[in-house]
Amino acid sequence: MAKLHVSTTINGEPMEFLCEPNDTMLDALRGPLGLTGSKEGCASGDCGACSITVDDQLVCSCLMLAAEADGHELRTIEGMAQGEKLHPLQQKFLEQAALQCGICTSGMLVASDALLRRNPNPTEEEVRFWLAGNLCRCTGYDKIVRAVMETAAEMREAAQ
Amino acid sequence: MSDIRLTEASSHMRHGSNIGQPLTRRDGILKVTGQARYAADNHVPGMLHAVLAVSSVARGRVTFLDVEAAKRHPGVVDVMTPVHKPRLAEDPDAKTHPFMFRLELLQDDTVRYANQAIAVVIAETLESATEGAALLAPRYETQPARVGLDGDKSFAPPAVGVGNPAEVRHGDVNSALTDASMRIEATYETPAQYHNAMEPHAIVAAWDGDTLSIDTPSQGLAMAQARIAGLFGIPPSNIHIRSPFLGGGFGSKGLISGPQILGIMAARLVGKPVKLTLRREQMYGPVGHRAPTRQTLRVGMDGDGRLTAIDHHARTASSSFDDFFEPAADASHTLYASPAIATSHEVVRLDTGTPLFMRAPGEAPGSIALESAIDEAAWMCGMDPLAFRLKNYADVEPITGKPFSSKALRECYAQGAERFGWARRPLKPRQLRDEAGFLVGWGVGTATFPALMFAADARAVIRADGSGLVESGAHDMGQGAWTALAQIAADGLGLDLAQVEFRAGTSDLPDAGIAGGSAHTATAGMAIHNAGAAVTAKLADLAMSDERSPLFGAGNTGVIARDGRLYRRDDESWSEDYADILTRAGLAEIEARGKGGMDPAAQSIYAMHAHGAVFAEVKVDPDLGQVRVSRMVGAFAAGRIINPRLARSQLFGGMIWGISFALHEEAVMDPRSGRLLNANLAEYHVPVNADVPSLDVLTVEEHDPYVNALGIKGVGEIGVTGSAGAIANAVWHATGFRVRRFPIRIGDLVVPASD
Ligand code: FES
Ligand code: FES
Repeated sequence: MAKLHVSTTINGEPMEFLCEPNDTMLDALRGPLGLTGSKEGCASGDCGACSITVDDQLVCSCLMLAAEADGHELRTIEGMAQGEKLHPLQQKFLEQAALQCGICTSGMLVASDALLRRNPNPTEEEVRFWLAGNLCRCTGYDKIVRAVMETAAEMREAAQ
Repeated sequence: MSDIRLTEASSHMRHGSNIGQPLTRRDGILKVTGQARYAADNHVPGMLHAVLAVSSVARGRVTFLDVEAAKRHPGVVDVMTPVHKPRLAEDPDAKTHPFMFRLELLQDDTVRYANQAIAVVIAETLESATEGAALLAPRYETQPARVGLDGDKSFAPPAVGVGNPAEVRHGDVNSALTDASMRIEATYETPAQYHNAMEPHAIVAAWDGDTLSIDTPSQGLAMAQARIAGLFGIPPSNIHIRSPFLGGGFGSKGLISGPQILGIMAARLVGKPVKLTLRREQMYGPVGHRAPTRQTLRVGMDGDGRLTAIDHHARTASSSFDDFFEPAADASHTLYASPAIATSHEVVRLDTGTPLFMRAPGEAPGSIALESAIDEAAWMCGMDPLAFRLKNYADVEPITGKPFSSKALRECYAQGAERFGWARRPLKPRQLRDEAGFLVGWGVGTATFPALMFAADARAVIRADGSGLVESGAHDMGQGAWTALAQIAADGLGLDLAQVEFRAGTSDLPDAGIAGGSAHTATAGMAIHNAGAAVTAKLADLAMSDERSPLFGAGNTGVIARDGRLYRRDDESWSEDYADILTRAGLAEIEARGKGGMDPAAQSIYAMHAHGAVFAEVKVDPDLGQVRVSRMVGAFAAGRIINPRLARSQLFGGMIWGISFALHEEAVMDPRSGRLLNANLAEYHVPVNADVPSLDVLTVEEHDPYVNALGIKGVGEIGVTGSAGAIANAVWHATGFRVRRFPIRIGDLVVPASD
């Protein structure tokens, strides 16, 4: 099978990679691209552990073909901190103990970030339902919601 | 492990004592940045991918596999089958100790359950291996599957859980029931449940001659190492397992599973490193589950609302080929004072994978039945359910008469009730409504879990620069071992956390036992604590016998280790730095080992349990029957809390498992085929953020000098117990419908149950 050549932007960096037509974006990230922060919990769009954004849209990378990344801008958990400086959501997740085993955490953070980018002032209910597609078996629910709400408030304050 | 960069101690830490500090998790930065490396994140050069082909029937024999078709597929390297596989040194069906379970390792063509591995396809890419597995197109000779608790004749098991007697009697339950002025008899059903850790079991295995290097999640490194050593006929020391982070375990990673061993066999077969990851649907079979139960409770009361008899009988299931019997009825041994208590079990054999330990094994299903029955009994007596529980409070362990090593359950009831506002609860059901017209109900449940300990070793070192090193093959599956055990390590060495290097998570370190039974912090923690005490004692010996030391001759009064110095106990103006003692002695470092384990003497005198009280509010749509938990308060007394922030996380997690137990989780079996109908995360319901309300956890102070020197009881599982029952009781209080089959379904609340 001929490999496909994909040009894309990941976490602000232009990237090129080769993939099979039937490779998923998640496999490409975790394999050739070496970005193993996105996790596979189900490979069927049910758990959100593989969440990334494509042109600011939140998607399950296990449901996207790698070839579809061509010409688009992707963001993964690896692009969230600025060097050593954590994103406010990352910092707040730590403080609120909103993670235990951590395997859902990448997806949870990427999804929370996607929410705050489109709605910097969500209600608690909006947060609970926006994150309903990200499963945490451990389970950090409620602390996660509190972390997102508090981060949103602090980010709004900082923006003023 | 050198590639694990943990966070240094945070600045808010109080000087002098690390235990009790609410530190954030030291592996947290790795986890929030996506850098924590879980088993499946490892890619070894030259690695191949293995994919399981699994049975689509529940019982029978594989009669044909199209191995040629799979092999012809581009990229496929080999196909491992019962007739083409590496030789094992030990029969996978042998059981040489009680913690050994039979494994399906392609030993023959028998199918014991749906989703059992019947072949393994090894290929250059995951896609090729997956396609190769699909091309095998197996054919079967099928026998009728035994499904459900009535699927076969029952028998009395020789034991339940791990060696608990299947039947226990205290007093004469039958005559107490006959003489009771009031009694209830009710039957409760709980479904099969699957652990569904978010991280599927994965293994990367690489052989080099007769040595084996493995990345795989494990809650019990030493036991996994011993099992692999036995199966492959190599010494345990030839096996190196790395398991720095588990993506959840909940019991399913306590023992190494068949698929993980198949990954190692595949690597041996092809002579290259192999990665094998279970697909989500493949986790419903070979990696354990919680067996279904049907529990009948007969409870007798006198005219004053005092319990006179509890008879708790559980019917449960194991697999057709191995023994694990959920000790569900044992939940009635410890909670409520009753002059007569009997518990008993009967079991059937079904065509499923072998059930195993799952977060609060026995206690979780037992507790929801017992707490429901206690509520039904309270209602029959016309009493508030909390008042009824207090009236039947056990001051000694009911089944044994032993005093409790500590029991702050009264305080849990009081503090939880106060926080929840329980005093305003109307006695009768169906009295409360919210502004939207939803039925509102309040329920309570008592939580309990034994304070267990296994056995562990640890090693502690003090170095000439005054810093410390502590080694323990401990496991962090999310509960926070990297942090809490390091806090114990620092206190044990009398050092600041930043001065201590803590190594864990690999099989070459001292055996830390298993991360299970809520016993890991206590067990590994005591080993670490004792190793620290032993090494500081050695250091003290050095100083006290050296006339150049300010501590010379302090032998009789002794010394205290604190902040990297030893102080004379009777006069702290005499002290010396660790570094100075070692440097003068010309030693680069000094080391000692310590052990953790239960104290049989204390165990024989005291009953040891953690306790808690959980209060729940639910709202039920009166027309649609939809239930939402709107509020929960849990108050827990679990001995000494090493790290309040992380302990609260564990308790929250447990309470959410309680929500799941009462309202969501259920594996549905097809009665005709014995296959699971919902082996995926869309249809096997677990709660999501939108299902969980704001939760409140209180930890009640409890000093327990008997459980262990550190006073730790464990918090990993107790949150599940009590919580599920509290929700079921709240649903009754909201609607007047007593649902006895879990999870509670919408249909149960629209049409009254016909019993
Ligand atoms: S792995 Fe993509 S949603 Fe679960
Ligand atoms: S932290 Fe383990 S699944 Fe969320």
